[in-house]
Amino acid sequence: MIYRSFDIEKIRAEFPILNREVNGQPLVYFDNAATSQTPTPVIDSIVDYYSRYNANIHRGVHTLSQEATDAYEQARKKIQLHFNAAKSHEIILTSGTTHSINIVASGYANLLKKGDELLVSAMEHHSNIVPWQMLCKKTGAVLKVIPMTEKGILKMDVFSSMLNEKTKLVFVNHVSNALGTVNPVTEIIRRSHEVGAKVLIDGAQASPHIKADVQELNVDFYVTSAHKLCGPTGVGMLYGKETILNELPPYQGGGEMIAEVTFEKTTYAGLPHKFEAGTPNIAGGIAFGAALDYMNGIGFDTIAAYENELLVYGTQQLRMIEGVTIYGEAEEKTAVISFNVNGIHPYDVGSILDKMGIAVRTGHHCAQPIMDFYQIPGTIRASFSFYNTKEEIDRMITALKRAILMLQ
Amino acid sequence: MTIQEIQKEIIDEFSLFEDWMQRYEYMIELGKSLPIIPTEFKTDDNIIKGCQSKVWVHAALDGDKLEFTADSDAIITKGIIAILIRVFSNQHPKDILDADTNFIDQIGLKEHLSPTRANGLVSMIKQIKMYAIAFQTQLN
Repeated sequence: MIYRSFDIEKIRAEFPILNREVNGQPLVYFDNAATSQTPTPVIDSIVDYYSRYNANIHRGVHTLSQEATDAYEQARKKIQLHFNAAKSHEIILTSGTTHSINIVASGYANLLKKGDELLVSAMEHHSNIVPWQMLCKKTGAVLKVIPMTEKGILKMDVFSSMLNEKTKLVFVNHVSNALGTVNPVTEIIRRSHEVGAKVLIDGAQASPHIKADVQELNVDFYVTSAHKLCGPTGVGMLYGKETILNELPPYQGGGEMIAEVTFEKTTYAGLPHKFEAGTPNIAGGIAFGAALDYMNGIGFDTIAAYENELLVYGTQQLRMIEGVTIYGEAEEKTAVISFNVNGIHPYDVGSILDKMGIAVRTGHHCAQPIMDFYQIPGTIRASFSFYNTKEEIDRMITALKRAILMLQ
Repeated sequence: MTIQEIQKEIIDEFSLFEDWMQRYEYMIELGKSLPIIPTEFKTDDNIIKGCQSKVWVHAALDGDKLEFTADSDAIITKGIIAILIRVFSNQHPKDILDADTNFIDQIGLKEHLSPTRANGLVSMIKQIKMYAIAFQTQLN
């Protein structure tokens, strides 16, 4: 097995937060799908930036500004290589996935007309629903939902029947945040292109586990956030094909995004700056690059193999507890287990697990339509990362059993 | 008993517990024993939707005192509701308006009243105060 080559103790030692205690217990952090923890090399890259070369980028002639610009652009290059974009200016650095989606949604406001159709999957995060609803309100386009099965798998035959010449845009997450389902994005993109629709893939949940190749996928837009893959919060990426990004108008006006400004007329800068108005999160961008270096250093195949082992083990252990229902049973899943215990509210379980030092997410996971689909108030979600262990899963299982005893 | 006296009584009760488990077990018991809100009051008008749990609150005037009934879909939330009702129900609207909820910190349940917890409890307290304002005006 490939992952045997990595030393879990060495990896855990690189995440200072894993040493802390919560409510008197060693922390078990199983909320990785909400945000991942940060390894020392990434923290160091932020400290190093502020300690040695903090300066505004793309405008100074002085040395610090030049160093900061070089580091920031080098990070963009790393992101480009990681996602295999054809050109570095196809990578727009944003504040995160939500920002990235809003750039695209706002860009299409003048490119759609009444009656155009947009398709969204039934398992999206609110951030990949609401911007499109707003776009529909502005343009008179119609938002249609690609349904899913009880197991949390998209109904691809229904999807195909929904596609037609009026379909302009399709939005699907690569991996569902609430269910862990890995969606067949290659097929979705191929079929959408057959009717001339453009596709945006929300990669926020996939990025920590799957190395996406945007050229191989032939995707039009791919978006993600650095904090899901060991990077800092407040920085993310919009990948877009050059020709399409050129057609979209800027999202915000301001400094950095201009070529020439007079009071009569402004001409915009080219890509990527057209979409990067204002001083960006410079340290964040640099740390995003450091996070990709870190994860590629371990290797995504290694990470995926190890996490899958945690997923299989966690699923087995949970299934042995009476009354546990798991939501999301696709064949291909990332290390996310969404579940409930019969007759017990997820909030109660989450509160008691926290008392025992175990961090899980409870609630609707910003995906209310999924909860409505299953007719539940929410779920308990344990999401694993490569720095988690089977021993930690055992601790969660023990704590869960105790919670059930208390609550039933 | 005044609101302050009841709060003191609750703080004394909780001081007997040795650890969080005993506190939580007690709250779960309270949650289970809370009289269920009558179905006619379990309406959308009375609902407070948190991201995590739902809370229903209903208020009625009994003489010059306010009476609250409430419910939640989560049992720990319901336990805290039971404590809040014990403190605020059967009190004069003015006394309700003057009272605070600092005693919740002292009994080690502070985290459940954090706005970010989104369990509906912070909104519930706001709602109790709103009722108090409304009925205070009515009494005047």
